[in-house]
Amino acid sequence: MIKAVLARIKQGHRTMAYPEKPLPLPERFRGYPELNGSLCPADCRLCADACPVGAIGCDKGLSVDLGKCLFCAECTAACPHGAISYSGDHSLAANRREDLVIREGEERRLARALDKKMLSIFGRSLKFRSVVAGGCGACEADSNVLSTIGWDLGRFGLQFVASPRHADALWVTGPVTENMREALLLTYQAIPAPKLVIACGACAINGGPFIGSSEVHDGVDGLIPVDLYIPGCPPHPLTILDGLLRLLDRLE
Amino acid sequence: MTPSMVFTQNGGTLSLREIPQHAPDRFAQALLSALSGGWRVVSYFGVPAEDGVRLYCLLSFKSHATIGVMSTLVTGKSFYSLTAEAPQLHLFEREIAEQFSLTPEGHPWPKPVRFAPALGSLPGVAPHRPPTVGIMDFYRVEGDEVHEVAVGPVHAGIIEPGHFRFQCFGEEVMHLEVSLGYQHRGVERMMQGRPGERMRKLAETMAGDTTIGHGTAYAMIVEALASTAPPARAQAVRGIALELERLANHTGDLGAISGDVGYLPTASFCGRIRGDFLNMTAGICGSRFGRDLVVPGGVAFDLSAEGARGLADRIRTARDEVTNAIDLLWDTPSVLARLEGTGVVSEQTALELGLVGPAARASGLNRDIRRDHPFGIYSMSQIPVETGKTGDVYARTMVRWLEMEKSLDFIEEQLAQLPGGAARRPVGEVGGDTLAVALTEGWRGEVCHVAITDARGDFSRYKVTDPSFHNWSGLAMALRGGQISDFPLCNKSFNLSYCGVDL
Repeated sequence: MIKAVLARIKQGHRTMAYPEKPLPLPERFRGYPELNGSLCPADCRLCADACPVGAIGCDKGLSVDLGKCLFCAECTAACPHGAISYSGDHSLAANRREDLVIREGEERRLARALDKKMLSIFGRSLKFRSVVAGGCGACEADSNVLSTIGWDLGRFGLQFVASPRHADALWVTGPVTENMREALLLTYQAIPAPKLVIACGACAINGGPFIGSSEVHDGVDGLIPVDLYIPGCPPHPLTILDGLLRLLDRLE
Repeated sequence: MTPSMVFTQNGGTLSLREIPQHAPDRFAQALLSALSGGWRVVSYFGVPAEDGVRLYCLLSFKSHATIGVMSTLVTGKSFYSLTAEAPQLHLFEREIAEQFSLTPEGHPWPKPVRFAPALGSLPGVAPHRPPTVGIMDFYRVEGDEVHEVAVGPVHAGIIEPGHFRFQCFGEEVMHLEVSLGYQHRGVERMMQGRPGERMRKLAETMAGDTTIGHGTAYAMIVEALASTAPPARAQAVRGIALELERLANHTGDLGAISGDVGYLPTASFCGRIRGDFLNMTAGICGSRFGRDLVVPGGVAFDLSAEGARGLADRIRTARDEVTNAIDLLWDTPSVLARLEGTGVVSEQTALELGLVGPAARASGLNRDIRRDHPFGIYSMSQIPVETGKTGDVYARTMVRWLEMEKSLDFIEEQLAQLPGGAARRPVGEVGGDTLAVALTEGWRGEVCHVAITDARGDFSRYKVTDPSFHNWSGLAMALRGGQISDFPLCNKSFNLSYCGVDL
């Protein structure tokens, strides 16, 4: 017993200071893309051709679909002009699918807070029921990590719960395999209304690396309505938490 | 008489013409005789051919670091099942049956694996439609007071989907049947065609917690086909990343095992320290899971001298903290009492089922690809293999911890002697009509990729065997005769991948 107490003292208090203070991310972290289409020669499609999932558009100016992007930075490597690069900015989540398509010069469209009525219901307590619908384990791991002592999701009134009947929101990861479609829809139905849906990661948004496979539905869109899209393959836990706190109007 | 097999080694290639194609009875005989001579199946799969389905079997002989390959052609609607004689084949044969609409003649357990559409079928025969996922003929025990418990596909935590069917008498589990397929994304189908970025991303997400294990196997396949050897520096960085992946996952597992026996200090500490290991990987390549680090030809991110020093410092701190957290387990009798004797898999059972990784080593099987079929940096730097004896949850816990200590030593050693030079080399053209094989030792065990190219050098078949494919039946056996309330603990002690099997 004494050893457990000593270990507790040694391991210390580790809950991070975020969101009061910023959380340092690794130097090579790839976040919000920076586009400079003025450097693009006419008819150049090198970045778009290099993208393994077709996230980049070159018609009508350079654009990146964060809902498809795997943040592999193949586009950066393919572009000899330096027109596309990835910043260390972790804020990526949005409320609407179209807000994930970013173009140079456009204003950032980050996730907005729920309306007043929904905030009065969920603002101080929001419980998630996770359904893994073909996920590779990475989005799941970095969703799970939010419940560990460092991130301590509970301090925001957020929690993953064991039953859809206890939940306010459905948390979807994975591209929605044909074999999980029914279980996903049944779980959604089992959550009492009003309810929210969160699509966590490139797969849940648009199929991720599996986009176009005959065995998947390329994400939840078209099956159930989504309230928050969190890009990334997988999203960094900070990207996830940032999106949630924006949705609940807890970030300035 | 043609020799029964041709031989290659890990990361090697064979021309398709060299591979002997036996008549079905000779194939069965040669395969069984190899298995009784100490060979072990690492991959067994079908490939659509003009006149039927060609079956390839790859076997490992550990003391010679040799991989043997043999094949046969199935022209009828069925093939000989050898599962009754060699249980390690049972899931491979079910998979072949499902992927090519064939009947495994004499298979004692002919059930779906993934409830997936067929990959191909005999010429002129329409492939079977897959049955609805989860609907199959589960094994049932009948009798007064016998009851059945069905769990999943959706579970209580943030866990992958799978269905478990228990046959119980009171608390006692007489039989557990595991039915997967919910995570099937069609990976092997998508891995047909020109090797490239998309396929590299698919490899990294076959089992996303084994990004480096699968990503390295894919890179080795392309390098083997293109006769490109990655530079020594890249091999060292890949080795460091693979051991970091093992450290992160083993730490998480040890924490989860502690949590499942209700011992929260170690569970809390390990939950955090696991993140420290993931962040070390992110320090190398920007991604906590090592995404986009391993590429054919080397690594996409190099370690600077400063980065290597910083990583060594973080490893030292993490070693101190994780040792402190794990030592509590061995000092707490109530924890040990829950781990010891729970979920036993005997050495004989592990051998017959062909278990791999820490689960096999905990049952006393001394097998590890890093030593038996060394690849990359492991050809130059050895890493000791740890085994247990008792095959219970305790042994699976202890083996993980012993492996972590060796991984920490290994990383420190590599960081102190990083080879100079480039971290990446251009990759040549991929060769046609060739079979390539790559094995790595992921944190769950043996990852096996086999690629077969057509005349142009496109993949005509890409076969993936995740360690979980070998090990799920080990979990089922661990539960037999145990208590159903021990299932979460036993499950954590294996911590198998669903997506790695479902593909």
